[in-house]
Amino acid sequence: MGEPTIRWQEMVQPGAAWSHVLKRGTALRITDVEGGANVGAIFYNFECPAERYNIDTLKAQHVALLSKGCVLYSDMGRILCSIVEDTAGGHDPIAGCSNAALVKQKYGESRYQDSRNDYYKNARDSFLIELEKWGLGPRDLVPNVNFFSRLHVDGDGNIAYQPACSTPGSFVELRAEMNVLTILNTCQHPLDPSPKYQPKPVHLSICNVPPPGQDDVCRTFRPENGRGFTLTERYFL
Amino acid sequence: MSGINIVASKLDAEEATYRCVVPAGEPWIREIRKGQYFRIVDLKGNQAADTLFYNAHDYSDRYSAQDTIREQKNLYLTTGTRLMSTAGNVLLTIVADTCGRHDTLGGACAAESNMVRYALEKRHMHACRQSFVKAVMEWGRGMSKQDVTSNINFFMNVPVTPEGKLTFEDGVSEPGKYVEMRAEMNVLAVISNCPQLNNPCNAYNPTPIEVLIWERQTL
Repeated sequence: MGEPTIRWQEMVQPGAAWSHVLKRGTALRITDVEGGANVGAIFYNFECPAERYNIDTLKAQHVALLSKGCVLYSDMGRILCSIVEDTAGGHDPIAGCSNAALVKQKYGESRYQDSRNDYYKNARDSFLIELEKWGLGPRDLVPNVNFFSRLHVDGDGNIAYQPACSTPGSFVELRAEMNVLTILNTCQHPLDPSPKYQPKPVHLSICNVPPPGQDDVCRTFRPENGRGFTLTERYFL
Repeated sequence: MSGINIVASKLDAEEATYRCVVPAGEPWIREIRKGQYFRIVDLKGNQAADTLFYNAHDYSDRYSAQDTIREQKNLYLTTGTRLMSTAGNVLLTIVADTCGRHDTLGGACAAESNMVRYALEKRHMHACRQSFVKAVMEWGRGMSKQDVTSNINFFMNVPVTPEGKLTFEDGVSEPGKYVEMRAEMNVLAVISNCPQLNNPCNAYNPTPIEVLIWERQTL
């Protein structure tokens, strides 16, 4: 078979936003080119955006960290996309996104007038602007995933950002299990302790991929996922 | 903030200006005004009270589990926790808690997620999302399923291990334990008294809770 053909590839600049309807039967690979990137992401069923990424993802798979084999569940018990490859070793689904107040407090102010396209962006405004373009709004903003970032959790529930989780060239690959409105941005993780505003770029590529077989790594990750794939496949019957 | 943090309230239930017992499997919805105190009592023990809060003046600004966890750098809610909104407002502060730990990662049970988690034949079973959707539809004012977002599970115990696993454990609550909050702005509160029978979150026997509200206090 060999490597699947890349249909489309592009760079997402530091601090920038990106959105696309990822088609069922394709996979999106996100590569942390320089190391230390963060990609905030939210997901919707494009046909019916009231169906969207849900925190059920964690309890359904008994995880508080997303990695290869995990799937991203919607609120309807269906799978939006599956993590079929992950060389970064896990991704944060808990700490949420930066906002304007947090960015100003951490990094100060840098506006377009002075900085042109390097002005300081924050993840929340970025999500909201991108949502609005698809006819969605603040009521549609859901908890986000932070790819390439991880938290340490201690026995008392205290969380701490783990620096330098992702090395240059690390990638995660998301296979779309339905047509998924995918909204990303490369803003820094909200708990990134660095006092410097220094978001990193990522590389995106989209390939056609075969449907998940019975021995698929995500289908067999948990018994719950087997049922999740069944419910998703029924959606297309 | 760390560990189990037990703090009793100074408020007398007899002086509450509003009291309501909510049977298992039913929703409850009401506005709570800035300065009022709001208590949820686990009357019989080990009963999950799934709860959503909204800025009463703008329902698009609502409780955010992620912002609440990040602001306090801890996964569990207890005395001192400020319940944060998506727009960065403090909706309420937990001021007393005799249970000591509450979950906000487990989400609400739903017919659809029960099919994934337990068996495809579970679709018919009553679930929190049925109650939440019914409550916000009847409340009206433009609310819909879009507004049923990440919630708090008061009295529920969902520990996360340092290895990143998430587990549902027997409750740490007991009969009469309560959590009490002060509203820091006018909020809309929606509760689903959880009907889940498939895991130990309600000790396999869902039971009533009581909701109490006191006027502004000088404590």
